[in-house]
Amino acid sequence: MRLRLLAGLFSLLVVLGLPACAGTAAGKDTLYRDLGGEQGIDRLVETFIRKVGRDERILPYFARASVSHFREGFTTHLCQVSGGPCTYDGDSMPDIHTGMQIDEADFNRVVELLVEAMEDNGIAYPVQNRLLARLAPLRGEIIHI
Amino acid sequence: MRAMRRLLSSGAIALLLSATPCLAGGKLLATPGVSQFEGAAGGGLVPWAQLAGYATENEVAFSGYCTRVDVDDFTLDTCGAQFNLFDRLELSYAEQRLDVQPLTLELEQKIAGFKLRLAGDLVYSPYPQVSLGVMHKQLDDAAVPYALGAQDDTGTDIYLAVSKLHLGVLAGYNLLWNITARRTEANEAGLLGYGAADASPQLLLEGSVAVLLDKRFALGVEYREKPDNLGLGEDDWRDLFVAWFPNKHLSVTAAWVDLGRIAAIEGQDGWYLSIMGYY
Repeated sequence: MRLRLLAGLFSLLVVLGLPACAGTAAGKDTLYRDLGGEQGIDRLVETFIRKVGRDERILPYFARASVSHFREGFTTHLCQVSGGPCTYDGDSMPDIHTGMQIDEADFNRVVELLVEAMEDNGIAYPVQNRLLARLAPLRGEIIHI
Repeated sequence: MRAMRRLLSSGAIALLLSATPCLAGGKLLATPGVSQFEGAAGGGLVPWAQLAGYATENEVAFSGYCTRVDVDDFTLDTCGAQFNLFDRLELSYAEQRLDVQPLTLELEQKIAGFKLRLAGDLVYSPYPQVSLGVMHKQLDDAAVPYALGAQDDTGTDIYLAVSKLHLGVLAGYNLLWNITARRTEANEAGLLGYGAADASPQLLLEGSVAVLLDKRFALGVEYREKPDNLGLGEDDWRDLFVAWFPNKHLSVTAAWVDLGRIAAIEGQDGWYLSIMGYY
């Protein structure tokens, strides 16, 4: 019985290992395309900004931000992260978020707003997850600083 | 009937809880998992590294659940509750009643537990979330377990749980896995007492794998090794579950469970239904 359990865990590790290798080289461009390219990302960012504007918890963090500056920065950032033809050369994540005292719950709330914005724009669940997987590692440069 | 009534009234409580506004809610939907039948946050049979409820570092959460497991010759009803303090410490309490139909016998057990998050974050840390848990169990009346060879009417399980959610790894779908190592001498999770004349505590493995079909539905399997202290051919347990998270105040889990041989009676498989309210 234990053998079967261990065999199961082993195959799981193999399954987990494979996409990690395969995803990096070939997967990037398809994510940009799956998000709808330039237009899709523009629409997504627009919806996201509207949602932030209506969210009591998150809006205060944007009190001193310029909407147009954020729109441009976030759009370019999403374009680059999804493998699109853009280079983000704006402020670094720590530079933007230092002193904001963003906690785990705030961060997750922003994730939820982004997910809702993707849903509103008809972005499929697996595509949503692929984008979140690329943004999640940035959390350490955003919260508690 | 009494059990059914209790299950229904707890369901009503859970629904009521689900309509009330809450303070905790910082975790992402479905990420705390549900409640396993011994009261800890987890899958159905296996405790996971997540702590119960949607509390994050500066929040407190309360949750409650009731579960019925119905197999060929046994019915197990469990209700319990959890406190999550700052997503660091989970305190849990559960009461179980096992209806042994062939003997018209009822066995009751109480379980107090805690779980401490040692490291990691299920979703965000590059390494898994790791938690250490303890379950202290007490049988109300152990006459039958004693007659079967059990040595104690009380026992304590210690477990280390390791869990990780991988975003988008299965063709874009999120995958969660958990491995738990448990030191136990419980017979049938303690419902048939603890230990036996020639038995000593063992370190056993439990595992779960789940896929999130969308943000509200999870589909998974679990496997739990069991000791066989009483020499009654006690089998490992397994289940196939689907959990539904309509919002951050409610979850409903249905499963097919295979508990194998219980008290030397073969072929104990059947269904599992659990409702959980989060506040």
